[in-house]
Amino acid sequence: MGSTDGMDDIVKEFIVESAENLDRLDRDLVSLEKEPTSKDLLGSIFRAIHTVKGTTGFLGFSKLESVAHAGESLLSRLRDGVLVLSPSITSGLLAMVDAVRTMLAAIETTGSDGDKDYGALIEVLTELQNPETGKEMPSSPGAVESPARAGEQRSESARDTQSLLHAAEAGVEEQVPVGQILVLSGYVKEDELTSALEQQRSGDPRHVGEILIAQGIVQPEEVLDALQTQKKGLSANLSSSNIRVDVGQLDKLMNLVGELVLARNQILQFSKTQQDSTFLNTTQRLSLITTELQEGVMKTRMQPIENVWGKFPRVVRDLALACGKRVRVEMEGKDTELDKTILEAIKDPLTHLVRNAVDHGFEPPAQREAAGKSADGRLFLRAYHEGGQVNIEISDDGAGIDLAAVKSKAIERGLIAQEQAARMSEREAQHLIFLPGFSTVEKVTNVSGRGVGMDVVKTNIEKIGGMVDLQSAPGCGTTVKIKIPLTLAIIPALIVTCGGERYAIPQVSLLELVRLEGNGTRQGIESVHGAPVYRLRGNLLSLVHLSRELHFDSAAPQTSAQQDVVNIVVLQANDCQFGLIVDEVNDTEEIVVKPLGELLKGLSVYTGATIMGDGRVALILDVMGLAQHAGVIGEVRRRKLSDDARPTAERIQERKTLLLFQGPDDGRMAISLADVTRLETFSRSSIEWTGRQQVVQYRGTILPLVHVSGLVEERRSQPRDRSSQDDEKIQVIVHTLDLRSVGLVVERILDIVEDDLSTRRPASRKGVLGSIVVQGRVTEILDVDGTIRAQDPTFFAEEPVLTGVAS
Amino acid sequence: MSEKQRFATFFLGGDYFGVEVECVQEILCSQEMTPVPLSSPVVRGLINLRGQIVTAIDLRRRLGLGERAGGQPQMNVVVRISGGGVSLLVDDIGDVVEAEEATFERPPEALDGDARKMIRGVHKLNGQLMHVLDTEEVLNGFSEGQG
Repeated sequence: MGSTDGMDDIVKEFIVESAENLDRLDRDLVSLEKEPTSKDLLGSIFRAIHTVKGTTGFLGFSKLESVAHAGESLLSRLRDGVLVLSPSITSGLLAMVDAVRTMLAAIETTGSDGDKDYGALIEVLTELQNPETGKEMPSSPGAVESPARAGEQRSESARDTQSLLHAAEAGVEEQVPVGQILVLSGYVKEDELTSALEQQRSGDPRHVGEILIAQGIVQPEEVLDALQTQKKGLSANLSSSNIRVDVGQLDKLMNLVGELVLARNQILQFSKTQQDSTFLNTTQRLSLITTELQEGVMKTRMQPIENVWGKFPRVVRDLALACGKRVRVEMEGKDTELDKTILEAIKDPLTHLVRNAVDHGFEPPAQREAAGKSADGRLFLRAYHEGGQVNIEISDDGAGIDLAAVKSKAIERGLIAQEQAARMSEREAQHLIFLPGFSTVEKVTNVSGRGVGMDVVKTNIEKIGGMVDLQSAPGCGTTVKIKIPLTLAIIPALIVTCGGERYAIPQVSLLELVRLEGNGTRQGIESVHGAPVYRLRGNLLSLVHLSRELHFDSAAPQTSAQQDVVNIVVLQANDCQFGLIVDEVNDTEEIVVKPLGELLKGLSVYTGATIMGDGRVALILDVMGLAQHAGVIGEVRRRKLSDDARPTAERIQERKTLLLFQGPDDGRMAISLADVTRLETFSRSSIEWTGRQQVVQYRGTILPLVHVSGLVEERRSQPRDRSSQDDEKIQVIVHTLDLRSVGLVVERILDIVEDDLSTRRPASRKGVLGSIVVQGRVTEILDVDGTIRAQDPTFFAEEPVLTGVAS
Repeated sequence: MSEKQRFATFFLGGDYFGVEVECVQEILCSQEMTPVPLSSPVVRGLINLRGQIVTAIDLRRRLGLGERAGGQPQMNVVVRISGGGVSLLVDDIGDVVEAEEATFERPPEALDGDARKMIRGVHKLNGQLMHVLDTEEVLNGFSEGQG
């Protein structure tokens, strides 16, 4: 059949509209399963299918129409209360929606509704609506056998529906007949309306509503209801208050606004040199209007995340059913808005995460009940704005990630070595699932095995400047956190100068700014094996000279050593931090990101360019690319590996940075700086007790305290930990392992040094790994793990289990 | 046989060049430029063409003609390519000339490899030879030279 000439626009419109209707159907059907008797939902579903059916008949897609018709008949029986929704009916209806969707896709590409045979589906749908007897059905089998004739029969009413839709769509004053509204609301059957209309045509002076009331088909209230709907212009039903705009058009608009913003910036710059008050006022107004326009246009591209999430209840339902699981979806922050392009970009990753959670995250109901959880799993989606970014969390209350399984799978796949697995921290092990080529599923389900893994999720999120993190607790579930920027077109950026040129650094990657002056300059920057580093609160920060990376001829390292001022921009690239030394830090600005031309696409250190207020072009630095170019990322990875080799502690040979502190008996002790998360000072009065454990409140968590003096085997007889009792403050080294922290209370923190640990002598007492000579004094190296274990044996609780399994 | 073609012409180190007028977007006088570190030396920088960011190519360097003496300002011949425009930096701008196909001749064999690709041939005009530049080749052939 297909579309006849001149119908193309109508068909196109029909496809777009139907696609929206179908999406809503998916959602409504899944919600209907929860409240099977909801009149509103049933009404809305019925209307949606009715519209699709009517239009398809009108356009002559008979196959599509017969499928929709079978669905509609089933729905009408549900609506009339003859049938009650059962899972099989829902599945049938959903299958019908899928079939309609497939045919729509076929219409869109080929112009006809395809040659797939849906006879079986129609049979199922017909079967479903008739569980007991062969009562007279609105959808006779004839509709299936001769779809063409069925199409003809209905085409008249369908045409009415079509014109009705157009009327509502165009927002024309022309009113929709009450009779049609009654049909759409499900109060009246089509044939009843037709006979009433015929009666009217044959001379009955009454209104259609009156005729119908007189016939006892509708209640007066229902007609009133319909009249009210008529007044509202059906907008509530058909959401005609919206218009569809081509995204390309919006993109164009967005570009133009970008230009306007730039022009405005230029004028603002120029206005600073002017005195004319009229000019200045006008400039002010121009500036305000531009800002508002920019926000407005940005808003048109913003869409609620619900547009993506809306599909999830259906996805989860189908999948949970297939896996024999029970999952309920909860959402928070559905209306959190995101730029359309970003929304498009996160659609697949999010879907994958949701499917993942259902497929691997949740246990079967019996297992859940055995574990003392409710049989229904809870999949919680949360979205919220924070600091110019959107955070999305997907949590399940399932079994959590089985670290042992993850590790052995990673070993099996050759992603990591055996001993590497044994040493791996919990967090590192959890992140193994992000490695390319990793998948823990034993059997290939229709969920996995599509070549999409967590690594793809990660890459796709990172591609749009986002970040993925994962937290999992065995038995309690897994939470995946995603941070993504609001929009890609206009971003806040820090403007820096280097070699006389300005560069923009996206604010997302910016952590902090450090400025060294005077003496600090010379002392602050040290070098580890020739690589410049800076001690940022006790942690070593790799430094990168922007001028050196960009190959400016001026010999950068010398000048920076001579300069009085060094500006360090601390940046985050992936999970690594580094300091970028620039000549000058200017300002933060909202910049419009413009792509670099094809000729410069290969330069990974830039993400694009922007036009500054003075009209000149500035390059936007790609922090990741820059870090790779400078080799800081690779370096950190290497260092991590060497850290991994540390805990065996038998063969520490390389030079290490050590934190020196005063030990129990006035002796000097040291721990590796790598074990130090932060150095903190607490007042003695802030110490609290939980049971026999001393704790302090620290950054919103409870930090257990371990007194080094109390744990290292005392050589002197008298206890030393009283000596500092009078001091108001205690000094604490915060040590973190797998997200849990412990505070090591020391007498006094002395210094940070770098030393060669190969001169070590074996330990002479418990709690110590050995001793070395630092700065001419014998210094003991604290056995951090041992000390903590002595205090809190549960701190390393998982580790023996893990090594047991992995090795 | 009198198929005529129009060329926008310009000068580079005494040589006379032309590109088809259809692919020229506009001619600009010397513009402020932002250098792109790490890019090929052929890329002189980025210019702001009414909000559009355009890469400027040093044609002298591209054709291996050597630097211009005295660092005099260069003109921009902005040519359209897919995905935006590219500016070719030239010494001086000439007229738009018409040339018949009959005056065209393939480049002589003596031309070295790289330039041979970019110069499609010459039109033997009155008193002058006009090199016909293949803009696509000019933009295709060079590596970005990262690092």
